[in-house]
Amino acid sequence: MRSLEIIWVLFLKDLRLEWRRRETLASICVFGILVVFLLDFAFQPAGEESLRLLPGVLWIAFAFAGILGFNHSFAAERENACLEGLRLAPIDAGLIYLAKLLANFLFLAVAEAVIIFASSLWYNFSFLPAFKWFVVIVAFGTLGYVAVGVMFGAVASNTRMREVMLPVLQFPVIVPIFIGAIEATTSALKGDAPGQFASWVRLLIAFSVIFIVLSFLLFEYVLEE
Amino acid sequence: MTAHAILTLVWLLVALYMIFIYAPSDVNQGNVYRIMYVHVSSGWTAMIAYFLVFVGSVRYVWKRSPFADDVACASAEAGFIFCSCLLITGPLWAKPIWGIWWTWDARLTLTFVLWLLFVAYLLVRSFFINPNRAALLSAVVGIIGFVDVPIDYMAIRWWRTQHPQPVIMGGPNSGLPPSMEATLFVSAGAFLCLFFYLLRQGLRLAEARREIGQLRRQFSE
Repeated sequence: MRSLEIIWVLFLKDLRLEWRRRETLASICVFGILVVFLLDFAFQPAGEESLRLLPGVLWIAFAFAGILGFNHSFAAERENACLEGLRLAPIDAGLIYLAKLLANFLFLAVAEAVIIFASSLWYNFSFLPAFKWFVVIVAFGTLGYVAVGVMFGAVASNTRMREVMLPVLQFPVIVPIFIGAIEATTSALKGDAPGQFASWVRLLIAFSVIFIVLSFLLFEYVLEE
Repeated sequence: MTAHAILTLVWLLVALYMIFIYAPSDVNQGNVYRIMYVHVSSGWTAMIAYFLVFVGSVRYVWKRSPFADDVACASAEAGFIFCSCLLITGPLWAKPIWGIWWTWDARLTLTFVLWLLFVAYLLVRSFFINPNRAALLSAVVGIIGFVDVPIDYMAIRWWRTQHPQPVIMGGPNSGLPPSMEATLFVSAGAFLCLFFYLLRQGLRLAEARREIGQLRRQFSE
């Protein structure tokens, strides 16, 4: 299908850009690790406390890493009028959104893997027992987050104060996703049966679908000049 | 507009009388509960306000109608006031009754999110000089933000919350005695009347702004 080809081409473009300079990936990984590090220092959790704090720490680190990533994703397009080029292409604007969504999801996923590895070391916590469900929860939480982040990243990149605008716009909207993600993560890491956190995962999936559909429909208006 | 102003004033005075004198004391909460009439009225008004932001935004994105954008903007400004009132009256009631000012249950969290969404809408608007860009991008925020409103409204029905269960259209065993219900509906009506008065003032302002813009352009040619 032509649409899938277009998404793939745009996705590869973002990957290629990133591969050449590797700024985004490096900075979001480092920033994420720094957040985990600072919070470790701030709380100095001992043993059991790790389990109580870790889901919140992880998702805060993911949140801040994501913001850096979304800002950079659209800042890059502003150079050399790349955004105008995309706009002029005879393609559905929603496809540009989906391609950006995939690219940012991949970058954030890599950063999250690094963050999870670092926190596993520093908090002396093993994610392996609940790994399968943990990955599912992080995947859907990230998907919802990136869906909103890419959309509002595009909106914020139009304004003067884009770095400040993005968190102000997106955090209210993603509160349900983050609450769901943190609750589900806490439950899964505690070793609860999947039935206990299934409703939270359903919430994550529902929000991801709603926001992806809405953003897909509205993206052409954000790109408009 | 004067008629509307007088109607609003009279309605508010009637509501004030009913809240403090007509409505009986509560058996458990005494007189502290009376703030509920202001709180619930503000709540319904704030949610209706965001609904109007949503409707105006959708119509603007679809038809590019300047009037739709004016409605969205004016509703956001007035709605922000009522949402702030909601978030102030709530804790004022909560401290004597629950012993805490605030908790992060579903209803309170999502209502705070609603307040942030009003702020986000108004902030995005303020960052653009070009009115068409301001209108379009804030409309996008208005549409995506509306996802929060129905969930916020249903929060006390879907989850077990610190916030009290619904008394209007709640389940069985819910409800108010007739005098309280009447007071609540009169108060809500008064607040809605005030909201629509503020909305109409906002619309007049927007139209005046547009006229000035046109005149400026005429004279600069």
